[in-house]
Amino acid sequence: MTTFTPLASAVGGALIGLSASILLVGSGKIAGISGIFGGTLVPKTGDTAWRVSFLAGFLLAGLAVSRALPQSFGAPVTRSLGVAVLAGALVGAGTQMGNGCTSGHGVCGLSRFSMRSLAATLVFLGAGMITVLAWRRLGGAP
Amino acid sequence: MKNVIPFVAGVVFAIGLCLSGMTNPEKVQNFLDVTGSWDPSLAFVMAGAIGVHVGFAQWAQRAKTPYFSDSFAWPSFTRVDARLVIGAAIFGIGWGLSGYCPGPAILSIAHPSRALFAFLLAMAAATILARKVFERPRDRRANEDAALSRT
Repeated sequence: MTTFTPLASAVGGALIGLSASILLVGSGKIAGISGIFGGTLVPKTGDTAWRVSFLAGFLLAGLAVSRALPQSFGAPVTRSLGVAVLAGALVGAGTQMGNGCTSGHGVCGLSRFSMRSLAATLVFLGAGMITVLAWRRLGGAP
Repeated sequence: MKNVIPFVAGVVFAIGLCLSGMTNPEKVQNFLDVTGSWDPSLAFVMAGAIGVHVGFAQWAQRAKTPYFSDSFAWPSFTRVDARLVIGAAIFGIGWGLSGYCPGPAILSIAHPSRALFAFLLAMAAATILARKVFERPRDRRANEDAALSRT
């Protein structure tokens, strides 16, 4: 069980929206993590420095928060390395194939009223719900 | 400013993710478990994020240039195609299995575990592979579409 946290979640979400706005209005870039990550791993000339800067700020802030509020990080739900590898491969392949994840499609794309992002968001939410339902009914780790 | 703005955006994004609860994979799975131990918190993350961003996104679409760079990097491809839908479905399955989408997974390096490293290595390898496989065909097709629409 996890506790319902509407206020903390809304405030955290508002900061994510603020970050996406800073990056868009300031630099003209879309704050999609899978895109920023993918473009860093497979770099293109002249389109890499801003990604590295973003990820540096992202990781440094993560380290700072893990010191100040360690309880905001939860443990992985599976200890099985096989399941972790499978899930990681699906997330990596799916986000590159579908050009975005929860941030790029679910926040930035929906805020632009993009039909592609609406379709992608509905599909990954639906696929995620069906997967959790099946996984938990089949007795997988909660 | 070219690198300062993305750095600041990265800092704010990370703090937002940590506060939101998305760095707890069990909470993410409970959000997706609508018929079981449903925790609707993450709907508030999305509402908060879109609530703040939508005005800026709409403004940016009408603006000529961003404040500190020459142009907006809007996606060039706008059609809903099979690749988008299949990709989103594959991502959703991985997200449901692990409770990790890319942002929280990368951020959780700050709170490491063996399963997280296995997830991240597989995600990085699949990201590189999928970029190599998928980057070109769509660019070519988008160019063909552009050529067709000109004729």
